[in-house]
Amino acid sequence: MAMGIRDKVAVIGMGCTKFGERFDCSMEDLMVEAVQECLADAGMEINDIDAFWFGTYSSGLAGDTLSNRLKIQYKPVTRVENKCCTGTDAFRNACYAVASGACNVAMAIGAEKLKDGGYSGLAIPNWENDRTNPDPSAPALFAPSATAYMAKYGLTEEQMRHTLSRIEYKNHANGALSPKAMFQKEVPFETILNAPYIAYPLTIYDCSGVADGCACAIVVRTEDAKKYRADPMYVKALQIAAGPAHSEKHQSYDFTTVVETQKAAAAAYAEAGITDPRKEISLAEVHDCFSITELMLYEDLGFSERGQGWKDAMDGVFDRDGELPVNISGGLKSFGHPIGATGIRMLYESWLQFHGRAGARQRDNMKLGMTHNMGGTPYSCVSAVSIVGTELG
Amino acid sequence: MIGIKRCGAYVPFNRLTRKKIGEAYGKKTPPGERAVANYDEDSITMAVAAALDCTAGYDTKKLDGVYFASTTAPYDEKQCATVLSGALDTRKEIRTADFAGTLRAGSAAMLAAADAAAAGKEILVGIADCRLGAADGPNELNFGDGGAAFLMGDTDVIAEITATANISADFHDLWRDKESRFVRLWEDRFAIEEFYNKVMLKAGKTVMEKAGLQPSDFSKVVIYAHVARYQAAMAKKLGFAPEQVQDGNYVMVGNTGAACAPMMLVGALETAAPGDKILYLGYGEGCDAIVFTVTEAIEQPGARPNLTRRINNKKNTMNYEKYLRWRGLLNCEPARRPRTMRSSLPEYYRIPEKNLALYGCRCKKCGTPQFPPTRICVECNAVDETEPYRFYGRNAVIQTFTVDYLAESQDPPNVVAVVDFGGGGRMFTFLVDAELDQVKVGAPVEMTFRCLQTVDGIRTYFWKAVLKLQKED
Repeated sequence: MAMGIRDKVAVIGMGCTKFGERFDCSMEDLMVEAVQECLADAGMEINDIDAFWFGTYSSGLAGDTLSNRLKIQYKPVTRVENKCCTGTDAFRNACYAVASGACNVAMAIGAEKLKDGGYSGLAIPNWENDRTNPDPSAPALFAPSATAYMAKYGLTEEQMRHTLSRIEYKNHANGALSPKAMFQKEVPFETILNAPYIAYPLTIYDCSGVADGCACAIVVRTEDAKKYRADPMYVKALQIAAGPAHSEKHQSYDFTTVVETQKAAAAAYAEAGITDPRKEISLAEVHDCFSITELMLYEDLGFSERGQGWKDAMDGVFDRDGELPVNISGGLKSFGHPIGATGIRMLYESWLQFHGRAGARQRDNMKLGMTHNMGGTPYSCVSAVSIVGTELG
Repeated sequence: MIGIKRCGAYVPFNRLTRKKIGEAYGKKTPPGERAVANYDEDSITMAVAAALDCTAGYDTKKLDGVYFASTTAPYDEKQCATVLSGALDTRKEIRTADFAGTLRAGSAAMLAAADAAAAGKEILVGIADCRLGAADGPNELNFGDGGAAFLMGDTDVIAEITATANISADFHDLWRDKESRFVRLWEDRFAIEEFYNKVMLKAGKTVMEKAGLQPSDFSKVVIYAHVARYQAAMAKKLGFAPEQVQDGNYVMVGNTGAACAPMMLVGALETAAPGDKILYLGYGEGCDAIVFTVTEAIEQPGARPNLTRRINNKKNTMNYEKYLRWRGLLNCEPARRPRTMRSSLPEYYRIPEKNLALYGCRCKKCGTPQFPPTRICVECNAVDETEPYRFYGRNAVIQTFTVDYLAESQDPPNVVAVVDFGGGGRMFTFLVDAELDQVKVGAPVEMTFRCLQTVDGIRTYFWKAVLKLQKED
């Protein structure tokens, strides 16, 4: 049995840009904006950092993408790419590096510049293939899960629309209170409910925002953390599960769940010692690339019983003032989704909540935060879960 | 006994009413509609569809050759018959050939196949056409798209070739040179009276004489003509009564070029009885005349073709602009998306059976079928224990689906479906040619061979799903 990462590493500073269509900013601007905030937060200078794990999906290749812009003086920079888990995986690698003792201070940074390409939606980098795999739009990769969920649990189209609209209503309302979010505006429930389909049964409001942004974190070993600040954020679990595409190829899979997420969550809960996530977790920032993804996550992360997630959503369980706030930041939906930055941005929400800096969306007694990403499709993906807390043990 | 062992046909699902063409130009048009190949269909895919209809229940590994015939072959250089043979999952050690350039391409291929059949070979002939008439012209109104296929051999034939006659003579009544996409016509008075009427009459009379038969001996006569009225006139000149004339589907399908007379022949065999005589007169720079005698084998299960069911399976709500777009006659605004990449040919041909014949694999240890073929079983993880497994022809249903209004498409919205096959195995695929209200979880589907994309002149052929065509009319 591996010893795991629980309580071995602490975050001592974080930074995050405003997310959105940052036509005013280059990659350099985004990186400098986030890193300067992070260094000030930790009381450090860039040369105090021993090594960097730099996550980007498609906005650069090697480590020099980072070092050129931040003028890093010949320190190791590793470029990380793991689709939508990129940011989380950069963080995971930085944590493992300090935990091993190979370095003392590491930075995990995720950055993405998606809006300079002139494309609508997400431009997916392609490689040589025979082009016989269908290439539908991104929402069309997740929409079949909503169709399947309706069929399995007997929801009418109207019930499904109400559920998904309720989720997105919540995320828009939360985003309205997030000064760094891409969309900071409440949207009337009726507007969301009556939007036209873009990938049946999903509408434009069921899709997250394609955004530019950067987020970063500085990590040290737990025993060093108090040297830097009295209130560090401790890492409780970091788990990633990459699937064999069994779901894609085998009829036993019914499209209402993401097996990779079940596995990553189970491993993370074991690592963190969590047995009742709905009760123990204070806030969850989850990968609502599409509303149906968030609905499946309620069940895959163990917050709701199978087939009950839609009812819990309608009952407000995951609202800002609900039993377990999910995407209190506004989520990918409202905060925006610059792929490489998202995972670390999710940790940033726990960072703010733990330090009482979450403004109008601040909740009391926040102790355990969780993040979840998935890169790929519901039937073949990489899924990542991290858990952080304010206390050791 | 040399002749047709099996036959089949294909008519594209989409039909354009002639009224919609007339509306575009403020003109009165003839009644009816024309069949329109979807944006992902061409002469190859329609020949494949007809050939799959023809060979249902037949072991295509027995084929000794595959011939493709069309005036609209998608490639000038690179054989099309090899795509057809690949989709049919034939052996590699066979003869393949493309017949092109004339409306007689279909009958030329059939007669060449009959000659091979006399030497004991079984040859599949796939014929299809997708011809263009210039906008606001008669050809645009009269043409239609479609295909037919014939399995020619010397045993178990349903229609024996009992006499043939040929006339070949150079002529320009319609032509299309290298620089033109559109078929051009000389005026009818000269073309019909000086050539068409003369060669058809001569070939028809010659072949009847050879066979020792009178017009009254025939149950049906298949007569190619550019338009219906010349067909009726020619039948009369030859001494046939109107009820003997096989319907050319000019009104509800259109003139399908090299496939026109062959499709009529399939229609004639659909209602034929043992002992019936059928006269076939194919036209194009001359005439191929063939007398067929229908045999008892037409009554065998699966032997009788069903063109009617293909003609009736349709959607006729498309507008004229969509037709122009599908044929590449409109400069449409491209989507704000990255340029489509061409197929990697090394990847496409690494396992050619996968793409052309729809092969996955099945694990010999646990029995799980899977697509695409893989080295390590997705279910039991056995390594290199798989065997080839063909998914085409298996029962399949929609497990779940979406209707994608966002992706770039020439026929939006795209339906994307997860298809589960009887016996196991699953594919994530496009579903085409469907009325949206018919697309449901659990709906039966079948696979159809289509051209997914054309980039740098590389046409990427693969399979999509269509709702299963009901056997009942």
